[in-house]
Amino acid sequence: MTMEDVNKLSSLARIEMSNEEKAEFLENMQSILGYVDQIKNADIDGVDREVGTVRNVLREDGNINQRGAYTEKILAQMPETENGFLKVKQILS
Amino acid sequence: MINLSDLTIEKAQKSLVSGEYTARELAQAYLGAIKEKNIDINAYLEVFDDVLAQADIADLRIKSGNATELTGIPFAIKDNILIEGKHASASSKMLENYVATYDASVIKLLKDAGAVFLGRTNMDEFAMGSSTQTSAFGITKNPVDTSRVPGGSSGGSAAAVAGGMALVALGTETCGSVRQPAAFCGLVGLKPTYGALSRNGLIAMGNSLDQPAPFSKTVSESEIIFKVLAKHDPQDSTSVPEDLRLVNTGNKDGKKIGVPRSFLKQGLDKEVEANFNSSLEKLKSIGYEIVDLEMPDLDYSLAVYYIIMPAEVSTNLSRFDGIRYGYHADGKNLLEVYMKSRGTGFGKEARRRILLGTYVLSHGYYDAYYNKAVLLRDKIARQISEAFKKVDYILTPTVPSPAFKIGEKMDDPVAMYLCDIFSAPANLAGVPSIAVPSGNTNTGLPMSIQFMAPHFREDSLFEVGKAFENVR
Repeated sequence: MTMEDVNKLSSLARIEMSNEEKAEFLENMQSILGYVDQIKNADIDGVDREVGTVRNVLREDGNINQRGAYTEKILAQMPETENGFLKVKQILS
Repeated sequence: MINLSDLTIEKAQKSLVSGEYTARELAQAYLGAIKEKNIDINAYLEVFDDVLAQADIADLRIKSGNATELTGIPFAIKDNILIEGKHASASSKMLENYVATYDASVIKLLKDAGAVFLGRTNMDEFAMGSSTQTSAFGITKNPVDTSRVPGGSSGGSAAAVAGGMALVALGTETCGSVRQPAAFCGLVGLKPTYGALSRNGLIAMGNSLDQPAPFSKTVSESEIIFKVLAKHDPQDSTSVPEDLRLVNTGNKDGKKIGVPRSFLKQGLDKEVEANFNSSLEKLKSIGYEIVDLEMPDLDYSLAVYYIIMPAEVSTNLSRFDGIRYGYHADGKNLLEVYMKSRGTGFGKEARRRILLGTYVLSHGYYDAYYNKAVLLRDKIARQISEAFKKVDYILTPTVPSPAFKIGEKMDDPVAMYLCDIFSAPANLAGVPSIAVPSGNTNTGLPMSIQFMAPHFREDSLFEVGKAFENVR
């Protein structure tokens, strides 16, 4: 992994990091990847993903929540709201 | 005065029903212990303000003759399990002010049974860690030796029970997050079969690995909690319907224990090794047969885990965007809001794992890391299933060494990750596992052994666990 990779990962993951922290992260990654790289030696020849018995895991659409039952509670968790809407920064300019 | 130090669910239940003391008095005794000890230990992030009101409801139920085994029993709850109307922060600045809008399914079941929730407990941030040192709200100390960590990530729940500040507790497991702190604090920790307990209402870390998991002082208490919580839940698509739970899955009364000897060579402390060997002798003395197992792929378990888990973490934690809930930092446009909210809302370990997960899932590395890890996981799971055709249990030490000093391993992520080396196989394969105390070191630190059993054979884990408790 290189510093260029770290910059790319930080932007892909939408996580702002200082240069100092990026350097520390890069150092950590060398040792973590050094450890997990051992899987490169593992033999997976002939290993196929087994699919178990297929069954429907989706629940029936019964007992639907009453409209608006949680609206107030959910709105209360939002950083910024206006007239029952979530407020965000302008996206299209 | 109620003697809390050797109190169990069974004893408390007997006293509550006979009227020796009330649920209110029991709750008051624990609140008193919390007041005295929590300042030093920091097991609880918050003690709820309605504990006595909950206890009064339990008392009414006991008086009316409708008590269950858990009515009036005081629980500590890990901070990543939702209780409606209470804060649930996963020990992260990201969710510091988050108030749960619904009950987790396991909480609903405990409420139905009449349990009393004392408070929410400290943990590694988003359950990422093995020592409760990555919490945004301070470290938790091990009540057995306050210069040491309680383990993690469910360290607060473990410290609450070990410190006499809760009778029992709920934690969550992704890779040893209950068994490892149970081992460090001298408790029993049960990691249920994946799909046995509902994950609905848990703040997710690794969806294919997570399970809620109880802490207790004895095996039979974990059994009581498990039986109340092991219910199929339509709200969790990976919850297994009850009629599918015990299909072709081992023999409850078997006495054959397999030991994967070569897997245990990895960094085992001398005293832990001696304790493990003497535990084997004790098991032999009560009629168990011990055989060696060759399971070469178990050696890759932790490496596989450290690819699959960060991949799931990076996906799960993408929901924390500073927009809909949680920590919000202002910026001049939407992208800057994301970058700043996530950059300052997440702690160091969380950021590390999100980036690592992003890396193993990214173009060019996906096949070498993620895809290979998924295949290896299948191979490990199959090796475990094959082993269970020959033996009824797989036994290892729970952790390679006893509780370490506060501050240790924080600069060396791989050393920290290696604490969970023996935990990984059960979580990867989804089989149940129980950690049972097996004695103390010369300096009085707890040691522990863990049994694994085939899927949904928790009943055999309870049986062997209770048998071992009698001879350890």
